[in-house]
Amino acid sequence: MSLLEVSHVKKQFDGQTVLEDISLSLEEGQVLGIIGPSGSGKSTLLRCATMLERVEEGAISYDGHSLVHTSQDGVPIYAKGEELKKIRSMFGIVFQNYNLFPHFSVIRNIMEAPVHVLKQKPEEARQKAEMLLKKMGLEDKADAYPCQLSGGQQQRVSIARALALDPRVLFFDEPTSALDPELTGEILKVIRELAEDHMTMVIVTHEMSFARDVSDHLIFMEGGYIVEQGKPEDVIHNPVNPRTKEFLKRFYQE
Amino acid sequence: MLSAAVNMELIFEKLVTGLGTTLGVFFLTLLISLPLGLLVAFGRMSKNALVRTIVKFYISIMRGTPLMLQLMVVFYGPYYLFGIPLRIEYRFIAVIIGFSINYAAYFAEIYRGGIESMPVGQYEAAQLLGFNKTQTFFRIILPQVIKRILPSVTNEIITLVKDTSLAFVISVSEMFTQAQALSAAQKSMVPLAVAGIFYYILNYVVAFVMELIEKKLDYYK
Repeated sequence: MSLLEVSHVKKQFDGQTVLEDISLSLEEGQVLGIIGPSGSGKSTLLRCATMLERVEEGAISYDGHSLVHTSQDGVPIYAKGEELKKIRSMFGIVFQNYNLFPHFSVIRNIMEAPVHVLKQKPEEARQKAEMLLKKMGLEDKADAYPCQLSGGQQQRVSIARALALDPRVLFFDEPTSALDPELTGEILKVIRELAEDHMTMVIVTHEMSFARDVSDHLIFMEGGYIVEQGKPEDVIHNPVNPRTKEFLKRFYQE
Repeated sequence: MLSAAVNMELIFEKLVTGLGTTLGVFFLTLLISLPLGLLVAFGRMSKNALVRTIVKFYISIMRGTPLMLQLMVVFYGPYYLFGIPLRIEYRFIAVIIGFSINYAAYFAEIYRGGIESMPVGQYEAAQLLGFNKTQTFFRIILPQVIKRILPSVTNEIITLVKDTSLAFVISVSEMFTQAQALSAAQKSMVPLAVAGIFYYILNYVVAFVMELIEKKLDYYK
């Protein structure tokens, strides 16, 4: 059974279709890369998968638990109550602009959800948070506030914050788009390490070579459709679709 | 002209008694209107159109008519509308009710401005981390809103200190009522001047305390 299964998802904004017939599946321990031009629906797909947006049609399930499916008469039906809570606990997200809580220290940003959502003991949550900070190379920043950190450091804190809840899938929504090239490197390194630890991840990115190297499966999106998908080397170096070729032209030149 | 016959001792004695009432009105109003304002703000932002419309109407009346008139309606209303006899103790209660519902309306709009200025990313991050709506509001949103609205709240509180003098209209013997009575009896400006100084000192303290709180919240941006 796939850990994440998306089938025939459709999403509209004000009558305009932004996702059309999107289907994909992801096995435990795999990394799925999603590339494509701005406005192609990559981020919307992530937001639908994490319930930040609602789908019009289609189905999404996590480890066999249905987050949403469409009824006979075409109405999307979402999971409720405990079942929804259970499904929500399976995924986490890392945002483009981090969205850290500015009024909490770094350690509290990471501990707050484990303590108040998972009801872990504060000492236990702190231990785990410190371990994660060490992993992110930020052990000396535990008591700093987000505004005192660089963008790359903030993004690493937000990764630690998501990992503290032990998600089974971690989504990355253009995690380096707000960062300069040097800081981008920091974050890509962290994500590579997570991939080596077999963390299941879905990564929307504009970093082509990174997407090629880290993904097990790569998707190219355009105009709300999945235009091309397959092994990363194939999608990037031998694209079949003319739009993919066109999009990747710039990348080849670099 | 200042009269030679002013009795400073009497002025201080009366004004300090009045000051006690003024402070009572001030603190009770804040104690009630600050949380009540939050509730009104929720109503103003409610998904239910009926609730939203009613609350909007209430805020517009509170902001659109004189507070002095509102105090008179709260005090005399029960008698004129329902024939309930007015009791002396009701004066003070009427003042607290009048001030509280008026200030709650102003505070509600300040809260609303603050809440609506919060970036949606904070809600989304909280949702993805599994916080429920109450936790999200009280742990993530409200603390940041308070920092954002503090300067506007300070303004309102300073206005409230001065507005307490309106209680004289229903003869609650706060500081201004006392000062006015003394001034008439002694045919002197002195009681009014002393009251003015007291109000100024009160507001100086308010501004000082609010600045301390602002500094305390300065640890993050």
